[in-house]
This record gives sequence, structure tokens and C-alpha cells, in this order.
Amino acid sequence: MKSTGNNTMLSRVADSLYWMSRYLERAEHTARLMDVDLQLQLDQSGETGSDHWRRLVKAARVPIAEIEAMDSTALTHALTFDRQNPSSIVSCVTAARENLRQVREQCSSEMWEQLNRLYLQINSTKPNDAWIRHSHAFFRAVQEGAHLFQGVTDSTMTHGEGWHYIQLGRYVERTDAVAMLIGSHFTRLPNPQDQVAESEEYLEWVGLLKSCAAFEAYCKAYTAELRPLRVAEFLLLNPEFPHAVRFSVEMVHAALRAIGELTDRKADQPVRLSGRLRAALSFSQIDEILLSGAADYVSNIRSQCAQIHSAIHQVYFDYLVDTAMVS
Amino acid sequence: MANLRDLQLNHGTMDMNPDYTRAIPDEWRKVERGLTQRITALNLFLGDIYHQGRILADGIVPKELVYSCRHYRREMRDLSVARGIYVSVCGSDLVRLPDGSFAVLEDNLRVPSGVSYMLANRKVLKRVFPTLFGDYGVSPIDHYPQTLLATLRSLLPANSSYRHEPNIVLLTPGVFNSAYFEHTFLAQQMGIELVEGRDLLVHNNVVYMRTTAGLRRVDVIYRRVDDDFLDPLCFRRDSSLGVPGLFNAYRAGNVTLANAIGTGVADDKAMYAYVPAIIKYYLGEDPILENVHTYLLTNESHRNYVLEHLDELVVKAVGESGGYGMLIGPHSTAAEREVFRQRIVAEPRNYIAQPTLSLSRAPCFLDGEVQARHVDLRPYILYGENVTLVPGGLTRVALRRGSLVVNSSQGGGSKDTWVLRA
Repeated sequence: MKSTGNNTMLSRVADSLYWMSRYLERAEHTARLMDVDLQLQLDQSGETGSDHWRRLVKAARVPIAEIEAMDSTALTHALTFDRQNPSSIVSCVTAARENLRQVREQCSSEMWEQLNRLYLQINSTKPNDAWIRHSHAFFRAVQEGAHLFQGVTDSTMTHGEGWHYIQLGRYVERTDAVAMLIGSHFTRLPNPQDQVAESEEYLEWVGLLKSCAAFEAYCKAYTAELRPLRVAEFLLLNPEFPHAVRFSVEMVHAALRAIGELTDRKADQPVRLSGRLRAALSFSQIDEILLSGAADYVSNIRSQCAQIHSAIHQVYFDYLVDTAMVS
Repeated sequence: MANLRDLQLNHGTMDMNPDYTRAIPDEWRKVERGLTQRITALNLFLGDIYHQGRILADGIVPKELVYSCRHYRREMRDLSVARGIYVSVCGSDLVRLPDGSFAVLEDNLRVPSGVSYMLANRKVLKRVFPTLFGDYGVSPIDHYPQTLLATLRSLLPANSSYRHEPNIVLLTPGVFNSAYFEHTFLAQQMGIELVEGRDLLVHNNVVYMRTTAGLRRVDVIYRRVDDDFLDPLCFRRDSSLGVPGLFNAYRAGNVTLANAIGTGVADDKAMYAYVPAIIKYYLGEDPILENVHTYLLTNESHRNYVLEHLDELVVKAVGESGGYGMLIGPHSTAAEREVFRQRIVAEPRNYIAQPTLSLSRAPCFLDGEVQARHVDLRPYILYGENVTLVPGGLTRVALRRGSLVVNSSQGGGSKDTWVLRA
């Protein structure tokens, strides 16, 4: 018995679900990056290693001024436990939980319990020396916690408008994060040849794939022969792999279309923008992309992604009164 | 005839052992009639003092008592509310007098809470003792949310838009409020939207809520935000919980607030002493439920008596709730009494005194044994098309031995309350 008519969702609630999902995706992404890089460091010479760290920090969008002066322990701490850093894992999980707490009646109890469990687990971890030695388990736990939350969400929450905002948050965040990661690799190695990568460079590409949970999937598609061109193609244009940019944009578009249907705003800006980006990715070819500069290509994707984000805000969350009279 | 029984459930400790039932003489019907009479008269009183003020002109209730009340709202003068109902949701606290009959200890006419505990207690007990319910024939209370919704629906504003289903929302101060659980629970049970101030906006004196599909007009607001915080343009300017312009929309007849603004003047503890006279004045009837004897400290002879007998009486601040601002004479120290003596002399209007009631006690299962604790009973009254009480209420328990303070904010617990079918 619904007295308020069908499909009413408060903008505040939609906003919270969207951000909850973005933050959790961000925590998972950072945890995976750290996990992969700490492993990778073991195989690398000191200089390449520390250079790698800096790129990682940049990819994790850490607004810390004194990055240059930090050693890897300090950086690990900044990215994991530092509450001052809004992109640290602790900050992201806390923000995700806080967003869900505000709209608890909108999600299933199982979802709340799972996210709360993850939050309590992370907050009970003490960042001491012993922790550094077992950090792998910690980063795995964050990733697993996020995966579990996604599974619980998909199987316990009505796949209505609210669920679509959760999808939207996850994939907008993922599109941006993966695009940025690819961009930073291609900035460092601007003209990759279409040949098998070797030694140090090989490790870099493995690192990139693993940071997107894509190493095994790549090997299935192309064998373990790592060619930069194929790596780029796989991560950018694969329509079936869930961490590929194209796949993520497909999901963003699907969520926005569903929301457009539910809110009766089919022709609005967010759907148009995501549709355009989706079309561009569907019909791109990797050699063309590399020819015209991969770094430019991904930075263009990122700016389109930012436009989609602000369009979502303007249309669904924070619109002007005069544009939105319904009844 | 109906029978009243109560079972215990200690909330603070979530100790779910209902250990004892106690038969209370069959007087639910009397309670029902008494509270119906009371809410009817209090609504007429509110309508009167915010319009012609006949009762003041006739000298039944002193003018200064009304106009000096902190909860009196000048802004409500000559404003007509839907159906003339100011208080549509009320929770009155009942206690037992030594002869066993019920008396009203206080009325809560602003934003009474606790009804979700009543429903939750019942839910838990049904799970624990399914067979008892069948054997005793306990009247159900689960329809409270539905009745509340029907009450709110009956209060459509004068200029409600007839083009769509009325949009009813519950306005909460937000996640940091201690009753937030109750707000989410009731909204969910009624199937209405739970909104915060920032979800609402007023445009051309019409209230809208922001949804992802655009702005939707709001017709009735069951508000759980105090008067003071409802509209920063009209009341407290530092309020970020309210909706700027809400009062103008209310004045224009475009939205209903339940309860209305300014109802606190009728549950002022000094006004309480006049309720029997108020009932008599508007309804021409004698009050069905008694009042507890109350000393008004503005009255000199009352005041002198009270100041001499502070160690026997209970002194209460008139505008407070939640068991705060109270002196319980027999349990107080000389220093505490002295503090209250000075306060009473300085501001007699702000205090009343009552004899210390030996609140009735009910057995409670605490620390593994059955112990006696003081209780009171809060039934919930709804007033829409007609007055409805769901057969039950929240029995509040003072969990500390000997304590007379049952408020949940001060360590009180609660029990399920059974009204048996006739």
C-alpha cells in the first residue's frame, strides 16, 4: 500500500546511494592498487619502485603536498589509514557507511550489516609494523568486503531506482579510475611498440593489468604474451570485462536509461552524454587511438565522465526549482 | 468488559523475559472515554485561545497563564487549521492512584514519541510467547500505523490539490535525533516518505519535496520537529532542520502540519491544573479521568504551602519534558531543595508542585529475579475523522529500584501492555 504514488525517490536518498557506491568502489580500487604495488616492489629495483609509488599516489588522487619526501611506509599509511586524506581507504569506507546510514530504511538489512562489518573490521586494524608485514591480507579483506557488499546488494535489494543509483556510482567511479590508471602508464611510456614487453617494462604492464583485476582475463583472451597495444585494447575497449572502460560506460549508460525511464526523463542530458561516450568507445580502434595519442584519448574520456557526473547532479539531485515542477 | 494486563520488557538491557502478568481492573473503556473527552476539550481550548479567546474572557483560565507560556505562538492567531484539529497525535501519561483508579499525570500534545516501542514490545512478546496471546485473547495493536495514516489523510489542507493522491510525509530532524529509529519505522510502516528539512522547499507558498523525478507537492506533514525549528524565517533563525517559508505555506492553507504549531500551550504543566475546568467549560461534562492534585506556585497560599513542604512534594518545571527539571522531594538533598526554593521564588510561573505519588509497581524480571518497579502508562490517541485509541499503550518502567522517573532518556525501560478482549 503506497500512498505517495509510484516510484518516488527523494533526491537526497539518490545522492546518498550514489556516493555510497562511489566511495566503496574507490576504497576497493585503492586497496587493489596498493596490494598489487606492494607485491610488485619486491621484484623491482629501488629507483623504478619509488617512481612507481609516485604514479600510484597520483592515480589515487592524494591531495598531499609533501609526496616527494615520503618513503613507502609513510605513503602506505597516507593511502590506507590517514583520516586527513579523503581518498584513503579508511576515509572512503567511513564515508560510504555514513552515506548508507543516512538512508538505512532504503536498503536491505543485509546490506547495512555487510557494510558495517567491513567498517568495523577496518577500524579495528592497528597500523603498526606487524601490520605492514601482513598488509596483503588487509587489502584482500577490503576488496572481498566490497565484492561481498555488491553481491548482497544484487541479491537482497529491489532492482529499482535506488539500485540503479548504486550501479551508477560504482561504474562512474570505475570508468574514471581505470581511465586515469591507463593514462598514467601511457604518459610514462608514450610510444609503446607493438611487441612483447620485456623485463622491467613487462612488470609495469603486469602491474597495470593486475591493478584492474584483469591479468587472468587478459591471458585468457590473448595468452600471457604481453603486448602494450593489446593491454590497452583490453582495458579500454573490451565490452565484456567488468573493469574495462567500455564495459563500465555501458553500465553507466544502462543505469541512466533505466533511471530515465523510471523518472520519465528519457531525453535528458545524462543519457545523451553517456550514450555519446558509449558510442565513441564502441566504434574506436586501438591503433587509431595510439596513433593520435593514448594519453589524450583517456583524458578526453575522463572529462566526458566528469560531465556525466555533473549532469547527474544537475538533473536528479540538485536541480533548479523552476525547471522541475511536476505536479 | 475489557481487562488490562501488562507484561514487561526491559528495553535498556534488551532483556526479553516477560516474567509476570498482572490483572488490572477492567477499566480500559473508561480510559478510552476519558482520554477522548480530554483530547476533544483540549482541541476546543486551543481553537478558542487562538481565535476569540472566550475562555479567557470568561475568566476560567487566566490570560496571563496563556500569554506567558513559552509555547504560545502569536503567529497562530486567527489561523484556521484543517478540521479545526490542533492535536491529532497525543500521548497521555496515566498513573494509578492509591484507590487503583487511573489519573492523568500529563498530556503530551507536541511531538509525543515512544509508539514504536509499544509496537516493538508486542512484536517481541508474540515471538517469545505465542501461546499466551491465543489463551488470553489480547486485543491487537498492529493497526496503529494504518490508523495514523488514515488520521493524517483526513487532515488534508484547505487548498489541497485534487489532481493527485494526497502526498503525506514524515518530517524528521534527521539521523542524529534520538527518536530517528521511530521515524524511519513509522514512515516505513505507513508507506510514506521520510523527509528531512533539506528535502523540502517552498515555492509560491506551496511545499514541494525534491525527488529524482522533479518536485512533488506535499499536502500533509506529520512533523517530528519541534515548533522552534520548523521554519527559520518564522521561528528560530539558526535552525537548519526546518524549511524556510513553511509557515507561510501553512498560513496560506496549502499544507497541513500534524500536530499544529503552538499546541504546547495546552500541555504546559501549569495549564494542566485547569484541564478539568476546560473540560467542564467546553463539554459541560465532569472529567472522566481525574487529574493529580497540582499546586500553582503563582498562587501565594499554594506557594507558601509548597515552600514549607518541599521535602514531601514533587516540583516540576512547566515547559520541560523527558523527566528533566524535576525535584522529587522525598529523594532530594537539602542542597537540591534549596536550589529549587530559590528558583521558585524567582520564577513562580515556571514551576508547579504535586504530591509525591506512590506510582503503582509492576513485577519486573531483573538480574535473574522478580522485582517490583514503578510504572506509568502512556496510551496513544489519534484524532482525525474521529478519536481512536489502539487498545494498548507503552508501559514505562523506572528500572532503578525505588526510582519514580520512568523516562527513557533517564534509564527507563518499557513493557508491553495488554488489553484483553471483552
